[in-house]
Amino acid sequence: MTYAIEANELAKRFKGGVVALDGVSFAVEPGTVFGLLGPNGAGKTTVVRILTTILAADTGWAKVLGHDVGREPDLVRRLFGLAGQYAAVDENLTGRENLVMVGRLNHLTRREAAVRAAELLEEFELVEAADRTLKTYSGGMRRRIDLAAALVTRPGVLFLDEPTTGLDPQSRAGLWAVIESLVGSGTTVLLTTQYLEEADRLASRVAVVDHGRVISQGTPAELKAALGATVLAVGLHDAATAEQAERALAPLSDKSPHLSGTSVELPVDGGPKVAMEALRVLDQLGIEPVTFVLREPSLDDVFLALTGRSAEAGSDPQGRDLVTEPRAASGGEARR
Amino acid sequence: MSAPATAVRDRPDAGREPGIGSRLGWGVSDTVVLTRRNLVKYVRIPESLFFSSVQPVMFVLLFRYVFGGAIRTPGVSYVNYLIPGIFVQTMAFGAVNTSIGLAEDLQKGIIERFRALPMARSSVLTARTLADLLRNVVVAVLIAAVGFAVGFRIETNVLAFLAGVGLILVFAYALSWGFAVIGLFAPNSETAQVMSFPVLFPLTFASSAFVPVQSMPSWLRGFASHQPVSVVVDAARALMVGGPTTSLVWQSVAWSVGIVLVLAPLAVHRYRTST
Repeated sequence: MTYAIEANELAKRFKGGVVALDGVSFAVEPGTVFGLLGPNGAGKTTVVRILTTILAADTGWAKVLGHDVGREPDLVRRLFGLAGQYAAVDENLTGRENLVMVGRLNHLTRREAAVRAAELLEEFELVEAADRTLKTYSGGMRRRIDLAAALVTRPGVLFLDEPTTGLDPQSRAGLWAVIESLVGSGTTVLLTTQYLEEADRLASRVAVVDHGRVISQGTPAELKAALGATVLAVGLHDAATAEQAERALAPLSDKSPHLSGTSVELPVDGGPKVAMEALRVLDQLGIEPVTFVLREPSLDDVFLALTGRSAEAGSDPQGRDLVTEPRAASGGEARR
Repeated sequence: MSAPATAVRDRPDAGREPGIGSRLGWGVSDTVVLTRRNLVKYVRIPESLFFSSVQPVMFVLLFRYVFGGAIRTPGVSYVNYLIPGIFVQTMAFGAVNTSIGLAEDLQKGIIERFRALPMARSSVLTARTLADLLRNVVVAVLIAAVGFAVGFRIETNVLAFLAGVGLILVFAYALSWGFAVIGLFAPNSETAQVMSFPVLFPLTFASSAFVPVQSMPSWLRGFASHQPVSVVVDAARALMVGGPTTSLVWQSVAWSVGIVLVLAPLAVHRYRTST
């Protein structure tokens, strides 16, 4: 089996001893979408930067389409496309000029670059905006032109670093559709995301990354099965009642409930049925919930289940700070 | 299962290493593409047009008509003394664009994207400095026009005048590499600009660009008469309005070459190691 992307025990430590990656391994089958899921600062972007030859790993190795990224960087750069959270396109150029520039820098001839740019503008529904500078583009349009730029050479492997972070739901859905159609035509995609929903929708396999390590790996279904299909979230009047409710609700699921302030969250398998039981139990105790919601599990829930702490929180119970992404650490506002 | 066929379609060069010849050709082509991209910005952003054109014109008018009357320049009219200095000052200021442009590209993540493309590594820095050189050529034409309009006259000959302008352009190009270093260390373009001016101000104003160094206090005179901007101004002034040239021209060429030899490798090193 030749994998499209392989990472083996990748480790990276930044200046000042900050450990960004602490032995990350995974393999991506050709023609599939692989999701790296994790909170800000988990090390997802560092993985992408190593795989795209921007950054060298301290130890470990990685291959793209069978070629080692450290040993054959020039060759590897011709095999993939990269698009990301920070639409790295030139806002003083028009959409068309950006695409032609990327084509030329990929050593297409002038003619080839122009033809390809026109095709992509058509595909991404940017024909009308093609000859306006990117300054006039909306956030969603910028991501689209950025993604189009990554596809100029029709690469076999596509890296998408948080492709929809900060986008409105409509733009997000639009990008998802594009990514799905790319995969349909045989492209291998590695995407990083903070959204479980996104990984669930697009990825056939997911690795959950935390503190520079893969803490869980599998299909989205396996991840969710480990967690429970839905989460029952109950809000109470005060913390004391919440503790009481936590004790009362715990027997309803084989997963343990999570208490935070005045709310209790319980991963459950049989959603509505458990909800009815929960209301009955609370009623018997004379507890009246303020809010009562059955919802899809979020990344936060996966994190709680896997690590016992929230993905949103800045540090874990031992008080270690989350590793910050390198650019953010050195470049200040650079990529925020 | 093997790698998908899509991996290499439409990629005539994919899968094999390019030869030395095409590597060089691509390096040139990448530099041309990026230089054009850098220049487009100067044309499309009104603020940069302002700083490129209005500012030097204001300096000419300010020194010619406001301060000029109070400045004694024995043996030469003040306007003839001033314009060679304005050329150097404006182009040195123009070289700051290199630091601002690089810092901005780093900040916006576009250089990060360039690093992931199969393009020549060197082209980002060469294209940036080249674009700023070309921009300075345009500025030179503008200053010449304004200079002639306010009474500047070539006292030597046109070739010597052009040689003077060329000398200044070479010096400004050398300065660009110095400002490239600043741009590569700065966290953002605003800081790059702020970091550049403490270097630029003493160099351009504590020089023979606007006033004879003899008028300065002795502690400053030592620096002012030997620092590179004064050397280049004196050389250009000699070429444009007369005076002994040979030694000054060689000195200013030596400064330019020296600056590039020291700072260009530093900039390249910083570019390679900063990620």
